[in-house]
Amino acid sequence: MSEYPGELKYAESHEWARVEDDGTVTVGISDHAQDSLGDVVYVELPEIGTDVSAKGEAGVVESVKAASDVYAPISGKIISVNETLEDAPETVNDSPYKQGWFFRLQPTDLTELESMLDANAYQALCDSEEH
Amino acid sequence: MGLRTPIYELHLSAGAKMVDFGGWDMPIHYGSQIEEHHLVRNSVGVCDVSHMTVIDLSGPDSKGYLRYLLANDVEKLQSAGKALYSAMLDQTGGVLDDLIVYLTQDGYRIVVNCATREKDLAWMNDKIQAFDCKLTERPDLAILAIQGPESIQVLKDVLRKDATEGASRVAFIDQLKPFVGGFCGDWFLARTGYTGEKGIEAIVPADDAKALWQGLASAGVRAIGLGARDTLRLEAGMNLYGSDMDETVTPLESNMEITLSMDAERDFIGKQKLTEQMQAGVERQLVGLVLNQRGVLRAHYPVYSNDEWVGEITSGAFSPTLQHSIALARIKTGANDLQVEIRGKRLAVSKVNPPFARNGKQVYKQSS
Repeated sequence: MSEYPGELKYAESHEWARVEDDGTVTVGISDHAQDSLGDVVYVELPEIGTDVSAKGEAGVVESVKAASDVYAPISGKIISVNETLEDAPETVNDSPYKQGWFFRLQPTDLTELESMLDANAYQALCDSEEH
Repeated sequence: MGLRTPIYELHLSAGAKMVDFGGWDMPIHYGSQIEEHHLVRNSVGVCDVSHMTVIDLSGPDSKGYLRYLLANDVEKLQSAGKALYSAMLDQTGGVLDDLIVYLTQDGYRIVVNCATREKDLAWMNDKIQAFDCKLTERPDLAILAIQGPESIQVLKDVLRKDATEGASRVAFIDQLKPFVGGFCGDWFLARTGYTGEKGIEAIVPADDAKALWQGLASAGVRAIGLGARDTLRLEAGMNLYGSDMDETVTPLESNMEITLSMDAERDFIGKQKLTEQMQAGVERQLVGLVLNQRGVLRAHYPVYSNDEWVGEITSGAFSPTLQHSIALARIKTGANDLQVEIRGKRLAVSKVNPPFARNGKQVYKQSS
């Protein structure tokens, strides 16, 4: 069974977002997403300093099965990326919510998070996709 | 709900992710496709391929029929058990299917793909009219592919536990040479596979298949899904029907020249077109591609030579053995300096002669 940590916000396109203590936002893909993709073999991350907009493309995740776009759940500037994923893309499968994060951004407007799903709503979405 | 093999319930209990595969509910992986791939390259795994179609052929004209039906020549099969890989062509030289045919004591056993089953049977039954022989489909049989460097040893250890049949089956396997199979009672055992590794394909009654699967599982042999089977065959440079070739291309355009037997004395369906194409030269060829940087080559990505479109990828994947992406592509004959377009970016690739990897190691060389 996939995990849906309660402290995160989720996008319908299967990214999660976590607000850090310093007000920056960390983004990754959900446990459900990594499970559907299967073994991740390649991750393309955005460049640091890039401005991304909510629901805009911010990277690509390639698994044994398919290539999928990764979207920025909210607008902001990319301030760091998880370079571990370049040499160890399987980290996304092993630890989607911790070591497998994709990028961190300085949000333009934190209230954009409010339009994201909470864990219960996101889990309901995933369950409905499976049936 | 799709068709189910006798192993279906055992797949579910092994944690399989099931997908539709040519109308069958089949396991794509059991957790990690890459782990399963490495198991077959480095030790052993077992794959349920019972969705494939087994057809027995018997009767006095069997040999004459197959010599007319197939692009490779069953005359090469000089002793019972020998196996031959061949394309079955239509009149235009297009590939209807690829298959394995074994010479048996009473005739031939043919294994064709699952997605092409109806088309193949209709074609084969149509062409058999003029011959005194008969095709019998064998849906009662299941196929397990036990593959990997340790496969034969492990299989023999498992079989030995059967007090009644074990010894004879082990002795039978001991005398099998690569690419040879045969009957051991009602089991058909062959040193064949689709992985580029040592292995056995066991074509056995459904109940025996379940027992064998469970015996292998108890001995620690892990299940391999169709996902890993696909990357294993791609590394081994083996074509996949429906992706790398179909009715729209000939074997000459599919890197299958070696499977053609063009002897003057034998006619076969599609031969005339192939002869014409050989004289005229082929405009397209199937080649191997290697991406020397990060990224994944996938089917249908376009291939360019400088700025000219020269074809597309037919199968592509991340190679777990080589740790970079590999592909088969059908391109304009002789095209060089190739790039593949991935999401709008053109990345340089090397053209190579498949196979890419065998026995756990890189084997390809740069082609000219």
